[in-house]
Amino acid sequence: MSVLVSKDTRLLVQGMGKHGTFHALGCRDYGTNVVGGVTPGKGGTTIEGFPIFDSVEQAVRKTGANTSVVFVPPPGAADAVMESADAGLALVVCITEGIPTLDMVRAATFLEGRPTRLVGPNCPGVISPGERCKVGIMPGHIHMPGKVGVVSRSGTLTYEAVGQLTALGIGQSTCIGIGGDPVIGTTHTDALKLFNDDPGTEAIIMIGEIGGSAEEEGAAFVKKHVKKPVVGFIAGQTAPPGRRMGHAGAIIAGGKGTADEKMKAMAEAGIHVVKSPADLGAAIAKIIKRS
Amino acid sequence: MKIHEYQAKAVLASHGVAVPRGKVAYTLAEAVENAKELGLPVVVKAQIHAGGRGKGGGVKLARTVEDVESVAKAMLGMTLHTHQTGPEGRLVRRVLIEQGVDLDGAREFYLAVIVDRGHGGPVMMASAQGGMDIEEVAAKDPAAIVKEPIDARVGFQAFQARKLAFALGIPGPQVGAAVGFMQSLYKAFEATDCSLLEVNPLLMLKDGRLMALDAKVTFDDNALYRHPDLRELRDFDEEDPLEVEASKFNLNYIKLDGGTVGCMVNGAGLAMATMDIIKLAGGSPANFLDVGGGANAEQIRNAFRILLNDRDVKAVLINIFGGILRCDVLAEGVITAVKELSVAAPVVVRMKGNNEEKGKQMLRESGLNFLTADDMTEAAQQVVAAAKARA
Repeated sequence: MSVLVSKDTRLLVQGMGKHGTFHALGCRDYGTNVVGGVTPGKGGTTIEGFPIFDSVEQAVRKTGANTSVVFVPPPGAADAVMESADAGLALVVCITEGIPTLDMVRAATFLEGRPTRLVGPNCPGVISPGERCKVGIMPGHIHMPGKVGVVSRSGTLTYEAVGQLTALGIGQSTCIGIGGDPVIGTTHTDALKLFNDDPGTEAIIMIGEIGGSAEEEGAAFVKKHVKKPVVGFIAGQTAPPGRRMGHAGAIIAGGKGTADEKMKAMAEAGIHVVKSPADLGAAIAKIIKRS
Repeated sequence: MKIHEYQAKAVLASHGVAVPRGKVAYTLAEAVENAKELGLPVVVKAQIHAGGRGKGGGVKLARTVEDVESVAKAMLGMTLHTHQTGPEGRLVRRVLIEQGVDLDGAREFYLAVIVDRGHGGPVMMASAQGGMDIEEVAAKDPAAIVKEPIDARVGFQAFQARKLAFALGIPGPQVGAAVGFMQSLYKAFEATDCSLLEVNPLLMLKDGRLMALDAKVTFDDNALYRHPDLRELRDFDEEDPLEVEASKFNLNYIKLDGGTVGCMVNGAGLAMATMDIIKLAGGSPANFLDVGGGANAEQIRNAFRILLNDRDVKAVLINIFGGILRCDVLAEGVITAVKELSVAAPVVVRMKGNNEEKGKQMLRESGLNFLTADDMTEAAQQVVAAAKARA
């Protein structure tokens, strides 16, 4: 079992430039059913065997796509997200990094009350190894099918956690990169809820970082609703306040959003918090052994 | 991107927000000229990208031309220390000469627009405790801060401004002016893609007029591509030279004080986690450096050069999880850089992912003395030991 993406995913790639095409191939090679691409003005052509459409609406009509992944450059990315929501897709995964915050605010507002779920932006995407379905840019080969759900604000740090799990022979149900921006679609809490309700997920890894209070909210949700074991890590324990640590959302502002606060809230919620990112896999292994 | 107070005030004024008349000066002669033009008394304000200037001696009243001369002479070229500059302080290169405002009978408020992550959009914040650090107010008396979340579909509404004005205790006859002020402020925020716009204090003069006595603006870096005029306001003197150099090569570099272990990582989260694990191993990270997902050999070389420009660095840890980035490309970049730059510091390399074996083999066969590690803990221990041995 998995959440968000599965064998039923029919994927559309928005922004079939060099980058988009490269990853469309990566998704197809992994096993994802990529049904086409959207590049306005290139409709009717094909790229690497993918049929290209002028609009998402047209692509959905012709292919029955239910999910899209956005590689459109920052100036047009929020627009691309809204176009997919307007076409009624169930899931939009936005990989693009560097979208103006106020553009995302407008896009998120546009999505309110619509059935479309947004993951990202500025994220590696979503992968369900047991379903051979990858919607994003993560290296598929480091994953293996299993029962651990992973949710994270970071890309390569997620790969690190997954790499540790796989090396220990522990597979993953679904890994969700929710992105490093201040305004995002799916939050830690949303992902935790999905994993909690998924019978195919038995344990959860939650990776956060400094800035904002999404991890605290996630911890409150865990305390109240989640019976499955959760292992957590917060990146940026040594980050100085007031500096943006790469991700637009990773900043300790006004003394708020520190790693200490987050780790404390998570520990109080019963989450197994590890101080070292190298201990994520081992912490899960210990829990699985016990149960 | 941060800008100076005088620039922030000009941006606000262009959107109809009332500010005191003023002009920037780079030299003593300009300062005097500006004061004469504006009329005395004037306030001389040091322009640096840090708060707390008043307490540090960076804001002074001048009643005569002689005053202006002596104050500006002392201020231009001084190193100003505030709670935000760090112990090294900040060199004052520009001063704002501003018309003196009659504070007799005036009231001070705090007003700001920020992007609130919980709300997922902008929020207008106000407090009757103007002039105070908002963090301090938030810690001591959070109820003194009132907030109005803004709906992106319709923008900031007049009823929201009225709510804030009444909450601040602004008298009835002045509420209309306060609404206008707040609406102009939001207009400026939206039109220039700010991530923070702060007016502290917002002054209500005895005659009821409202004015931004100080202003702080931070622009959203991601939106600067559509504001070429605002991009011009960047002051490189206010930034760390190595950070400026790094940004030219799309490298995200932040220098950390007192660290001895330089690190180079792909991805912001893993870069932070690498700093954390160095600390856990008993060392101290010298920097944050994210080379990004698609780094090439040229970028790796530049990253190395920047990293080693920091004299505190005694050893280097390279931690790469190759998703898109191939380990052999990384290895090639590292080998070239170490040869070209004659790197003396020990280099620990830990790489995972695409073409890992080939990358490791290239490092082994390079004839250079690399230390390699398979996991993060081992890598951190190795690099910390190497740094300590050279301290």
